[in-house]
Amino acid sequence: MPEPTALPDPTESGPEACHPLDDKPPAARTAVLELRVRNHPGTMSHVTGLFARRGFNLDAIVCVPEADGATSRMLLLVAGEPRLEQVERQLAKLYDVLTVRHRPDLAPGFFGRLLPPDVAS
Amino acid sequence: MKFTGAQLLRILLERQGVRVVAGIPGGANLPLYDALHTVDTPGVIRHILARHEQGAGFIAQGMARVTGRAGVCLATSGPGATNLLTAIADARLDSVPLVAITGQVPLSLIGTDAFQEVDTYGLTLPVTKHNFLVRDVAELLEIVPLAFELAESGRPGPVAVDVPKDVQNATLELREWPAPGRPRPAPPCPEERLDALAARLAAAQRPVLYLGGGVISAGAAEPACALAHRLSAPTVCTLMALGAMPPADPLFMGMLGMHAARGTNLLLDEADLLLAVGARFDDRATGKVAEFCPHAVIAHVDIDPAEIGKIKPPFLGLVGDAADILRRLLDRLPAQDRPVWRRRAVALRAAHPLHHPPRAADPLHPVNLCRFLGEILHSDTIVTTDVGQHQMWVAQAYPVRRPRTLLTSGGLGTMGFGLPAAIGAALAAPGRPVVCVSGDGSILMNIQELATLAELELPVAVLVFNNAQLGLVRQQQELFYGRRYAAAHFTAVPDFAALARAFDVRGLRLDPQRDPLAALAGALSMPGPCVIDIPVHEEANVLPMVPPGAANRHMIVHPEPAAAHA
Repeated sequence: MPEPTALPDPTESGPEACHPLDDKPPAARTAVLELRVRNHPGTMSHVTGLFARRGFNLDAIVCVPEADGATSRMLLLVAGEPRLEQVERQLAKLYDVLTVRHRPDLAPGFFGRLLPPDVAS
Repeated sequence: MKFTGAQLLRILLERQGVRVVAGIPGGANLPLYDALHTVDTPGVIRHILARHEQGAGFIAQGMARVTGRAGVCLATSGPGATNLLTAIADARLDSVPLVAITGQVPLSLIGTDAFQEVDTYGLTLPVTKHNFLVRDVAELLEIVPLAFELAESGRPGPVAVDVPKDVQNATLELREWPAPGRPRPAPPCPEERLDALAARLAAAQRPVLYLGGGVISAGAAEPACALAHRLSAPTVCTLMALGAMPPADPLFMGMLGMHAARGTNLLLDEADLLLAVGARFDDRATGKVAEFCPHAVIAHVDIDPAEIGKIKPPFLGLVGDAADILRRLLDRLPAQDRPVWRRRAVALRAAHPLHHPPRAADPLHPVNLCRFLGEILHSDTIVTTDVGQHQMWVAQAYPVRRPRTLLTSGGLGTMGFGLPAAIGAALAAPGRPVVCVSGDGSILMNIQELATLAELELPVAVLVFNNAQLGLVRQQQELFYGRRYAAAHFTAVPDFAALARAFDVRGLRLDPQRDPLAALAGALSMPGPCVIDIPVHEEANVLPMVPPGAANRHMIVHPEPAAAHA
């Protein structure tokens, strides 16, 4: 099994989470996640399939092979997702996903700038 | 030495310790079957020829659920693979280790809509823990051990391996075999978490243990029971955890949730601390989640980090092997007597028994039947069920006394599970009797496996609770759909005893007027497979019942007031 790195401690939840009568859903969050993944034809299906079947929001995705061709980097724009921690933990469980980390330095607008000028709105 | 891909597969399976596989051959996996045939060298793998691939999948599951080791099933491409899907998805939801090996059309034909081509990789992706399409014969050396490692490590689950026919036929020069895949131990839970949990448990006044199927797969039943006694904590089980605590234990509160005894759900409403172990807060267990255990803080032990907080945010999550965590917890917990809380649990249980007619008046009432089975079956008898009313009656009234002696399709709720799973159980536990409790709806969904059973002459008794209907459907229509019984009744019901005899299996039908329980005990005491058709009342309902979506305290105990919930 891959050892997920740079994940929030899955067992961590603040004291506010323990209030027994408070079941308010967590607020929606937007994040850019960076995955290091095994580079083979099924990996993209595993990642996008996870989002589809668990009903997680996925707004944009970029995947680029790394130098040796054995792995790739994926950048995911997860937008308006109240279950962001769940998204990260489920991603980390995928065999083809080697690491999951946040890229707070990348603004969501980063993805739009990747499009060629005639496509970008 | 040179090997074909098919020979590699066979030897790699043998090296994994696999001794029995279940499957059906077809065009795309014939090379593998040829390698299994082994006229020249003695093979050690016994192949069980199922009569439908779903049956093969559940036979493999039955073996896996009894042993805890990955079961193996084989199917050809196309319909063989699609027929396996239900059994694979079932293994996924119940965390059962399974390795499904399918034949595929040759690589050069993939994507051409070839005969019996289907995208097995794409189909199995969402229902497996992981899946592989083998693109080169050399990959088998890595993939096969890895498939077993993944299936058995951490939270167990199914792994699918799709092997194109030309990969099975390709040859490879091999000098050294890879090590067999073995489950990887989970990283230990940090000490601070255990300290924190121990402190919180000591401070709790009304703790409840909530055990799930993970307790069974982790072999953690013994420390779980010890912990319950150390804490004086009443203990509830999910359907998948039945057997983790002996039903005679004074702290045992039975199954929680939709078909719990009312006292069990009421007790959970009073708890101030819920310790969940290997349970996933399934909706059938929790009812309306926001109102589940409203006064309790939750601590959650699970080997799957993604389960922590998935449904209910705990104040403390502990990720790791349940047996290890519970033993280390016991090391730091002195005995804590909570006499008031213990008495409260006993009182709640006594105040809310199951309602059913006395045995003398109605021996074939399903609750009486399940209790009677508990009296005549030895505690190591393996009971499998199908899905429906009979399954819930077994869960409510049959005393499951040991781990891995109740095999049931919990998460997916697959009708047709019981008979093939019973065959697998009997194969994996030679000498132990197996009883499949089924219904007249469920049994027909994999009835063809009676032929497999007849061939193997295994000690499997199939009890058909026959009410000539899809009972749980009819019950829900009665309670929630204004008694509009759409497609719930069967107008033609086969003579199951005669059907069994047609398969060369002993068959009989109990006569309610002629000491049916004695006849049942007599039939079960005879060796070899049998089918026992048991007429049960059409109008019998599984009660209590929490209406789907309602909080667990809102239980229907008698059917009449149900109109209020419609």
